Amino acid sequence: MLLTVDHVTTYRYSQPVRGVVQTHRLQPTAFDGQTVLDWQITVTDGIKGGHFRDGAGDHVQAWTIQGPVSEITVTVQGRVQTTDLVGVLRGHRERTPPQCYLQSTHATDADMALADLAASANAGAGDLAAAHRLSALIADTIAYTPGATHAATTAAEALALGQGVCQDQTHALLAIARRAGIPARYISGYLHATEDGTLHEAAHAWAELHLPDLGWVGFDPANRCCPDDRYIRLGSGLDAMDAAPIKGIARGPGTEQLDVHLAVQQSGQ
Amino acid sequence: MTQYFNEMYEGGEVRLPYAQLDDWMRNMPAELRQMKQAEAEALFRRIGITFAVYGEGGDPDRLIPFDMFPRVFSALEWSKLERGVKQRARALNAFLADVYGRGEIVRAGRIPAKLVYQNDAYEKEVVGILPPKGVYSHIVGVDLVRTGPEDFFVLEDNCRTPSGVSYMLENREIMMRMFPQLFRDNRIEPVDVYPDLLRRTLASVAPTKCNGEPTIVILTPGHFNSAYYEHSFLADLMGVELVEGQDLFVEGEYVYMRTTEGPRRVDVIYRRLDDAYIDPLCFRPDSMLGVPGLMDVYRSGGVAICSAPGAGVADDKAVYTFVPEMIRFYLGEEPILNNVPTWQCAKTDDCKYVLENLKDLVVKEVHGSGGYGMLVGPKCTATEIAEFALRIKAKPHNYIAQPTLALSTTPTFVEQGIAPRHVDLRPYCLVGERIELVPGGLTRVALTEGSLVVNSSQGGGVKDTWVLAG
Repeated sequence: MLLTVDHVTTYRYSQPVRGVVQTHRLQPTAFDGQTVLDWQITVTDGIKGGHFRDGAGDHVQAWTIQGPVSEITVTVQGRVQTTDLVGVLRGHRERTPPQCYLQSTHATDADMALADLAASANAGAGDLAAAHRLSALIADTIAYTPGATHAATTAAEALALGQGVCQDQTHALLAIARRAGIPARYISGYLHATEDGTLHEAAHAWAELHLPDLGWVGFDPANRCCPDDRYIRLGSGLDAMDAAPIKGIARGPGTEQLDVHLAVQQSGQ
Repeated sequence: MTQYFNEMYEGGEVRLPYAQLDDWMRNMPAELRQMKQAEAEALFRRIGITFAVYGEGGDPDRLIPFDMFPRVFSALEWSKLERGVKQRARALNAFLADVYGRGEIVRAGRIPAKLVYQNDAYEKEVVGILPPKGVYSHIVGVDLVRTGPEDFFVLEDNCRTPSGVSYMLENREIMMRMFPQLFRDNRIEPVDVYPDLLRRTLASVAPTKCNGEPTIVILTPGHFNSAYYEHSFLADLMGVELVEGQDLFVEGEYVYMRTTEGPRRVDVIYRRLDDAYIDPLCFRPDSMLGVPGLMDVYRSGGVAICSAPGAGVADDKAVYTFVPEMIRFYLGEEPILNNVPTWQCAKTDDCKYVLENLKDLVVKEVHGSGGYGMLVGPKCTATEIAEFALRIKAKPHNYIAQPTLALSTTPTFVEQGIAPRHVDLRPYCLVGERIELVPGGLTRVALTEGSLVVNSSQGGGVKDTWVLAG
């Protein structure tokens, strides 16, 4: 599938800030399931910083913006050719040992309820069937409900609520997978939403679990599927904050207001 | 009754390195000694060197007792120590380059993957990032004890930011000021080259993007830190700026320092700040001590950070037991310095042995520090031992055990005159383009009679450490 992305993020500050430092994981990496045809990122008044590929294979690009500045716009435009690999991340160049992704974080710590949930999946074998069971379990226990949670909600809190968005469902899946001894990581990316409304959230998140023989395999509990050619994979991490496409720190006392416009569309050749 | 090796006397004879000190000691009247001791204390107070060694906590303004009786090594003894310490520093750096690279030692099954990759000190953020010259740990502090003429054991390695080197320098300075004659009568290797060697070491790992003479800074958490004195002392001696996080900023591909003449690019940062605090954008977001964006500059080759982020995975207590294996694996050599034999309670056989011999062993928590959660078998009652045994049984993987070592003694000035007291040693190995070891180090001494604990928080003091010229 040929997908075009048009993604504009605007930061507005209540009073001008002295400067902003950002780090981006905003550029899809190549693997057998996705080929980047063209990709452009601009930051208003931004000075391009260092670029490198991290151990997980992600493109990381640093930016600095000199103040005083009261508005910053990050624009992403690009085209990606995708292929359905039923979730398998084949041909992705990366170095970080999968065991690193057994480490828990505040957002993904398993409390008693999550530990019980993990145990109920009987995922000891750590195989593909077990991974599917874990993902289904999250879809069954945390209902997709926008507005019920916020950016800092933890996996344990979302499970207690029984509600959440893709970020919460992914955190919860990471928590129970790691608990079952399966390395698991957070993926941030884009999703081409279908016209009938069965798929939602163009700015999307899902999980990858590391399985024997298959390596990293994606699971999207929000849509009860494995990522296919409607998905564009941007970057990974231990949790949402670690994998965030844009992270930044502004110097100054002002409050920040965020505005996002995103369109992911299928283009006719 | 344990026999302790006395570094000055052997069977009633004075050992050769101490020959001159024997006369010095015999000819010093008690009044002169008291006068000199008071003078030494006054000097230390005036200099203001009153911080707690190795971040042990306690009163930061307390003076650590200085013992005037030097600890001496012959040239021959030192050459073995030097080769041993340098060998260890090379192996530890090779290990770090490996576990953030291809991980050969793990693939070869010589160290468990879990111990490395699930270690809290392992930073996945720097996987695949090779620091300038491939060096991760630029200052390796190796803690050593001696149990016999030829027997040295490594207690632990410090690969991050080992402190205490200012004591090595000040102890020497004060001894030379008080007893100049001693330095004429003995041929003692100088230690005052350390700051210059440290500066050259740091300059040698400047990133390739740096052109011309590299700009070096010391990054300190600030004057509330217990080792702040040392940070400013070293900055002074090296002639480099001492900065806090707020003095630095990132722009584009580089880090700059604010100066009165405008921003100045920084090439090498000797940080005395833990990984977690150096960049809120990459690590702890609540840290006010670091520099936002620093890690991106580092990872794209714009600045060198010493020690490199992630270096801590090499000096963990459980990883320690594998250092001899690292030496064999990377260098193809046999270890020159011994590890203390260590039983891992996580292993069934080891745990059984430990539980049966608790009264003779020292048991430590794998991730513990500062002597907390520790059992010193010979000093404990049967009840205390029984209670500790329950804790080990409940969480065996959390404990390691070692024999209680018969630490050597050296003569030390005490109330009653001169008496043997137990000592340890921390030399500071510098790793850059070359590996250098200043002949000397920090000797800590347990001032309480019979005590084997040299920590300053428990009545420990410091001594000048001499290496005699060959």
